[in-house]
Formats: sequence, structure tokens, C-alpha cells
Amino acid sequence: MSAPPDTREVILEARELTREFDGVKALDRFSFQLHRGEVLGLLGANGAGKTTAMNCLLGLTLPTGGELFAFGLELQRHRIQILQRSNFSSAYTALPGNLLVGQNLLVFAKIYGVKDPKAKIAELMELLEISHLSKRVTGQLSAGESTRVNLVKAFLNDPELLMLDEPTASLDPDIADKVRKVVRKVQRERNIGILYTSHNMRDIEEVCDRVIFLHKGRIVCEGTPTQILSRSSSSSLEDVFIKIARDGEIVDEA
Amino acid sequence: MNLQTISALVLRYLFLYTRTPMRMVELVFWPVVDLVVWGNVTVFIQKNTNPEFGNFVLFFLGGMILWDIMFRAQQGVAISFLEDVWTRNLLNVFVAPVRTSEYVSATFIVGFLRIVVTAIVLSLISWFGYTFNVFTLSWWLIPFFANLMLFGWSLGMISTALILRWGQAAESLAWAIPFFFQPAVAVFYRVEDMPAWSQPIAWCFPPTYIFEGMRDVMKSGSMNWSYLWTSAGLNLLYLALAGWLFLWILNLTRKRGLLTKFATQ
Ligand SMILES: Nc1ncnc2c1ncn2[C@@H]1O[C@H](COP(=O)(O)OP(=O)(O)OP(=O)(O)O)[C@@H](O)[C@H]1O
Ligand SMILES: [Mg+2]
Repeated sequence: MSAPPDTREVILEARELTREFDGVKALDRFSFQLHRGEVLGLLGANGAGKTTAMNCLLGLTLPTGGELFAFGLELQRHRIQILQRSNFSSAYTALPGNLLVGQNLLVFAKIYGVKDPKAKIAELMELLEISHLSKRVTGQLSAGESTRVNLVKAFLNDPELLMLDEPTASLDPDIADKVRKVVRKVQRERNIGILYTSHNMRDIEEVCDRVIFLHKGRIVCEGTPTQILSRSSSSSLEDVFIKIARDGEIVDEA
Repeated sequence: MNLQTISALVLRYLFLYTRTPMRMVELVFWPVVDLVVWGNVTVFIQKNTNPEFGNFVLFFLGGMILWDIMFRAQQGVAISFLEDVWTRNLLNVFVAPVRTSEYVSATFIVGFLRIVVTAIVLSLISWFGYTFNVFTLSWWLIPFFANLMLFGWSLGMISTALILRWGQAAESLAWAIPFFFQPAVAVFYRVEDMPAWSQPIAWCFPPTYIFEGMRDVMKSGSMNWSYLWTSAGLNLLYLALAGWLFLWILNLTRKRGLLTKFATQ
């Protein structure tokens, strides 16, 4: 049983992406396509290669093999053009802690060449329910608050392509839920393609249209959450995850 | 290069300086301490020696002020980069559509703004405290400042490259770099007073010509024009070399995958 092919435009593509660190392959001939308006989840145990994949796709780390394309353009050669239409957010980066939230967002709005920065920032802060944080010092925000500020930054340039590396890490269930909902909402409204990593299976079930399980840099299985569940003997994605993390493979129905 | 991107990056540094007044203090504190110490020492020497050494005060204070210009330019560039490292912001900048040239230009501008502040403060203090008027150097000051700033920028880029490659362990090295050059560029003495073997080395660095020129101007009101041109020419060479080194190391960190490790730590 296979799903009908996705006919939407491919906005991000990796062909045999390989990245070695001192002889160890963090990514091993990893190929995938992300379509416009699709949310693709990248799953896998700690060290599976998710962040490395994202870093290669952002041009921060050079691959040791393979080819990368975004919007049909070769990644390294058209980096600036691509980054103009993309954005990124992670629980592990921060905006400068010593500036006010509003100042930080203004700087990035200008860097991305946003037309009416003040209005855009106000609109997005409203959407993420953090309008009251504008005059706060960025470094003093709670994890949940700063995640949402980072997301405002990530939406500033109306990206067509968004990479989110564990956006809900360290959030309480309530805020995590809000963040998921708002990401999903903005994503649908603006038809954004998102590459999403998370260790939270709730995230994946609610946000992702399709997932890829990585194990030691290789794809172990791929499909919609429902397809994956139907293919394994496990009753939840969580169990599939554990199975793959331990055995490196998804066990087919006997 | 996109001017809007550069101005946005500069804006970020301006916010930083207005948000954290300690940074303004830091900008002014050491130059003032240096100036007062050197000012007093030279006054002391002058009082206790033959009057023909009278120019010493001028030479020392002039050398000190010009040296500080170069040092501040270097720091402006290196600190701007370190600010992004310290605040874990580097990744945000590198995934934004910011060209390396735009990023570097912004740090240059911050280097320039820093020396303007330093220069104003030092000029005022030396005038009121030691009746040393930097403007005795009249319009020569402009090419002097420009050349020293250019060399400061080169050193700043080299410092940044070292930090990129070796991480924050290289930070103290980055501070020290200008001082490796201090003995060689004849800040407080003439090249002819240096040991013979070291004289050719001194002439390899652009600031040497400026410090020599400064003393000539103080003595006779003019200087050898070829000094200025040579200094400017060498500066372009050093800027090109430093820029190449920076790009090479940036590319190396991308290849080794170090950029992100180091940006998120
Ligand atoms: N710069 C580097 N130098 C050496 N090894 C690295 C480097 N970056 C990543 N690795 C290695 O590559 C592998 C994949 O790491 P990566 O960060 O991509 O994992 P991940 O799937 O994001 O894990 P996590 O869930 O913990 O975030 C790991 O074994 C890691 O140690
Ligand atoms: Mg990771």
C-alpha cells in the first residue's frame, strides 16, 4: 500500500547527503524531499543525525558528500537567496540576552528586509500571545517565553521554508501545546514547508504530515504517522521510536 | 553588499551600547588611565632632564593616543564578533541572509565608531591635562587615523579568525595580538633607535610609517609623503591577507562542522 505521490512543488531536497566526522558517518546517503506546505518530521535517538542534517541544509556545516537543493537552487551557490526565503529556530539558540525583545526583533526584521518592521513584529507577537514581552530584557525570559520570541523571529520574513530544531524542548505541556497549535496555524495559513525535529511524539502526531526515522544517519522508515504505525507491531509512535533506537530497525508485522 | 543589512547589524551594536552603559565605561576607562600614567611619566622626565628633551612629552602622548586608536579599532572588530559568540546569537546571524562581507563591514563600522569616541575623550584630556593639543598634527591627523584604523581592522579580522578556529580559548590571544606588534612599529621610539636587525622588520608594518611621520610632523610641521603612501599600500595588502585568512578559516569551520558546536555552546 503506497500513498499517492505528492504533486506539490519540491522546495527542499537532499540527494545522498553524507556527513562524516572523523571517519564516523553522522549522515549516510540521506535522501529526502520536502514539498511546499508540508510538515516533515525528522525523528531518531540522540545522535541519530537530525541536527547535522539541519545544519547542512542551513549551510552551516558542509556535507562531505551528496547534493542539496532548495527552491530548485543548489544550496551553497545560492545560499543568500535561499536564506532570504527560509528561517530557522531552535531551543538551543538565543537572541542576544542583553537587548530588549523589541530591539532584537527589530534588528532581525531589518536584516531580513521586512517592509514595515514594527507592524510585522506587533502582528506576530500578538499571534504568539507575547505582545506584553516587547519591553522585557531577552535574557530574563523563561524558556517558554523565549521559545515564542524565537518563533516570532522565525516568522518575520514570511518564510516559505522553515527549519525547527526541537522547538518545544523544555516547554511545559500547556505551552508546548500552544506552540504546536500556532505553528500549525501559521503553517496552514501561509502554506509553509517545515522540517521539524522533536523528541516529543505528541508534537509529531499533531504537527507532522509525514515523518522520517533516522538511525545512525540512515533512513530506517518513512511515511505518515498512520502508515508507520500500520507497518509495525507497535501500538504507538513512542514504541516505534524506542524499537528503532534499540534495534535500529522497525519490525514488520509477522 | 546590502547597506540595509549592514545598518541593521550596526543598529544591534548601538542598542547594545545604550543598553549596557558599562560598555561605554570600558571604552573610555583604559585609554584615560593610559593617558594619565604616560602623561605624568613624561612630565616627570621633562622636569628632570635637559630642556632639549622637551619634545618627549609630545612624542609620548602622541604615540600613546595614536596607538590607542589602532588598538580600539582592532577591539571594535573583535568584540563585535565576540558579542555574537557570548550571546549565542552567531547561529541566528549565520542562518540569516547576511553575507560575510556585510558582517565584516558592520564590525568595521563599529570599530570606527569606537575610535571616534576614544579619540574625542583622549584629545580633550590631553589638552586640558597636559596642554598637548593633538591638533598640532593638524590635517595630518586624518591620514594618520585612517591608516591606523585600517591596520586595526586587519588585526581585528585576524583575531576573529583565531577565535573562529580555536573557540573561546583563543580569546585572550585575540586581545594580545596588537601588543605583539607594539615593539616592532616604533610607537614610542624612532626606528633608528631600534637594534639594526629589527629595523627592516619594523618597515614591514604600516603603523611604523605613521608613528615616524607623527614625530616628523611634531618636529618640523611636515613629513615625507611617501611614508603615507607606503603605509596605505601596505594596509591594503594586510587587509586583503587578513580578509583571505578570515574567509579561509570560516570555510574551514564549516567543513569541520565546528561553526554550530561553537555557536550554540
Ligand atoms: N562537529 C562535530 N564533530 C564531531 N562529531 C560531531 C559533530 N557534530 C555532530 N557530531 C556527531 O554526529 C552525530 C549526530 O549528531 P546530531 O547532533 O546530528 O544528532 P541529533 O540527531 O541532533 O541528536 P539529538 O537528538 O541529541 O539532538 C553524533 O554522533 C555527534 O556526536
Ligand atoms: Mg539535535
